[in-house]
Amino acid sequence: MSYLSNILFALILIAGIGYFIRNIKKLIRNIKLGKKVDVSDNRSQRWRNMAMIALGQSKMVRRPVSGLLHVIVYLGFIIINLEVLEIVLDGFFGTHRLGLKVLPVSLYGFLIGTFEVLACLVFISVIIFWIRRNLLKLSRFWKSEMTSWPKNDGNFILYFEMVLMTLFLVMNASDVEFQALNSGNIISQYITPWFSGMDTSVLHVIERAAWWLHIIGILVFLNYLYFSKHLHILLAFPNTFYGNLKPMGQMTNVESVTKEVKMMMDPNVDPFTAPVEGAEDDVPEKFGASDVQDLSWVQLLNAYTCTECGRCTSECPANQTGKKLSPRKIMMDTRDRLEEVGKNLDANKGEFKDDGKQLLDDYISKEELWACTSCNACVEACPVSIDPLSIILEMRRYLVMEQSAAPAELNSMMTNIENNGAPWPYNQMDRLNWKNEA
Amino acid sequence: MSELLKVPTMAEYMAEGKQPEVLFWVGCAGSFDDRAKKITKALVKLLNKANVDFAVLGTEESCTGDPAKRAGNEFLFQMQAVTNIEVLNAYEIKKIVTACPHCFNTIKNEYPGLGGTYQVMHHTQFLKSLLDEGRLTIEGGKFKGKRITFHDPCYLGRANNVYEAPRDLIQKLEAELIEMKNCRKNGLCCGAGGAQMFKDAEEGDKEVNIERTEQALTVKPEIIAAGCPFCNTMMTDGVKAKEKESDVAVMDVAELIANAQDL
Ligand code: SF4
Ligand code: SF4
Repeated sequence: MSYLSNILFALILIAGIGYFIRNIKKLIRNIKLGKKVDVSDNRSQRWRNMAMIALGQSKMVRRPVSGLLHVIVYLGFIIINLEVLEIVLDGFFGTHRLGLKVLPVSLYGFLIGTFEVLACLVFISVIIFWIRRNLLKLSRFWKSEMTSWPKNDGNFILYFEMVLMTLFLVMNASDVEFQALNSGNIISQYITPWFSGMDTSVLHVIERAAWWLHIIGILVFLNYLYFSKHLHILLAFPNTFYGNLKPMGQMTNVESVTKEVKMMMDPNVDPFTAPVEGAEDDVPEKFGASDVQDLSWVQLLNAYTCTECGRCTSECPANQTGKKLSPRKIMMDTRDRLEEVGKNLDANKGEFKDDGKQLLDDYISKEELWACTSCNACVEACPVSIDPLSIILEMRRYLVMEQSAAPAELNSMMTNIENNGAPWPYNQMDRLNWKNEA
Repeated sequence: MSELLKVPTMAEYMAEGKQPEVLFWVGCAGSFDDRAKKITKALVKLLNKANVDFAVLGTEESCTGDPAKRAGNEFLFQMQAVTNIEVLNAYEIKKIVTACPHCFNTIKNEYPGLGGTYQVMHHTQFLKSLLDEGRLTIEGGKFKGKRITFHDPCYLGRANNVYEAPRDLIQKLEAELIEMKNCRKNGLCCGAGGAQMFKDAEEGDKEVNIERTEQALTVKPEIIAAGCPFCNTMMTDGVKAKEKESDVAVMDVAELIANAQDL
């Protein structure tokens, strides 16, 4: 009989972690739908970036208020999870506060006391976050892409945190033996009065209930991640590792174009002769991106990492002046479409069945794409090294090179460059005329 | 004045069997745009004054391909790039200075992958180096004590992390350098980049250059300093739209220095 709860615990834990792993596998499969890119360079710089930006939150604190609150929640989250270790071991072995058996009371008390203080700070921070979102209505949380699920998602996570922190403190407060130690109950001692006069057996039930709900809550949270913007707590690490290391202004040179251009410019190549042997293997590549599979896997990882904070959008000159473009929406659309493609694969035994949809037009409109000034403000603002501009550029490439669908004025600009080497209709032979003008 | 400008071409250098110290890449705006041509000339005057042995490509120069690339036309970009690289390599160019951050960024970052590797400097960096080497001296002159704010060009600042060179030069003028709230890394775009210069903006409730000009005007400058011919146009238009052109001038950093010395 006494083993029943251990077994139940083990089953819940296995189910919770199992489902999580299943979804992570799906996530990896989806990211791998992207094109290969070589990111094996500069390992040491990459580790440094990950340490600074993801672990050290260096870009978060650029906005001091939200940055500080985020650091508290982040540290609290990581450190309080040490307590989860104890919970898991207790659950398996049917022990109670295993830590007390292996650690001196004072050290145990110090640890739990730290957790309690952090839990309290996290609770307060989360409340402030909630107020910023829902009462102060910070504009970046109220843009057009932040309705329905994205809006609720943001709040659900905050409720989750509030509940988990409360459960942790209630669990400690209702633990008679723990309170009797009077070590580490820094915060929970102020909650115990709520339970005064209650029978010890009732307290025990409350304590057990809080314990179970706490661990189940954590498992639910873990499995919620895959469906949420909160995935960033895991993906921020690989994403900052694989983030761009080149100067922001440098856009990739498309290799397949280089080959063709070199061939066209090479006087030794006769364009009318039959292609050389082996060349026919070169399937004419699609230029640019109209759907998620045309993007690189790093760009798809970017999409899953996006935490929808909207720092990019609030710095975007196009968005600030009322244009439809929002770099956050570019990332959200990419993720949504990628999820749709993933579900399509699941439903069709791993094979993608054309669904008549694509990222371009069905998610991201041309109007959004053409509003970008390529200013890199979004890239600079992103706290987790996401590059929305690179996706915009790939989609413009598709529009121009595959569909010749640039706005008319851009077409004349390009015709000018082609004919006279300048974006305006001036003759190249007049390029030095300024020298003699008064 | 213009007859005093010495602007040798690479072809002329080649004919004499000489190699200049640096190639001045003028760029399309610098060659054809009326406002930008003034910047070009101001820079040439400074180069002449400092006795810099420079040359231009003249009619052999062609668009770097920046607007085409950012519009998504990689073919056209690479055609332009490869053509330019052929010319530059034939002249064995090692060092390039340009007054356009777009040309600067493209040649510095995107040409190496296509076979063109050079030391590329923005003109503010180059002028700064002339100053440091004592080849050029700047005195405050007429800008002493003036309130000047610097608008960071995206392709110089964020794109390439050049923030100090233009500011150092402005401070050398003994001017009062005042920063906008959004400066350096957080500088707001003027609205011209990514080929926007060549098209109307998408529907919205404001033009980007107006927003940026308003930000600049809040710090009450007498001069808005720019380091890019496109920013210059955008900010000039913005100041006009705000009917402030009689109080606020938009000038390139090179023009400030040249004017300070009455060149
Ligand atoms: S690069 Fe484009 S999307 Fe990003 S902030 Fe600038 S204009 Fe907006
Ligand atoms: S791309 Fe970065 S800055 Fe923009 S919403 Fe996502 S996480 Fe935030």
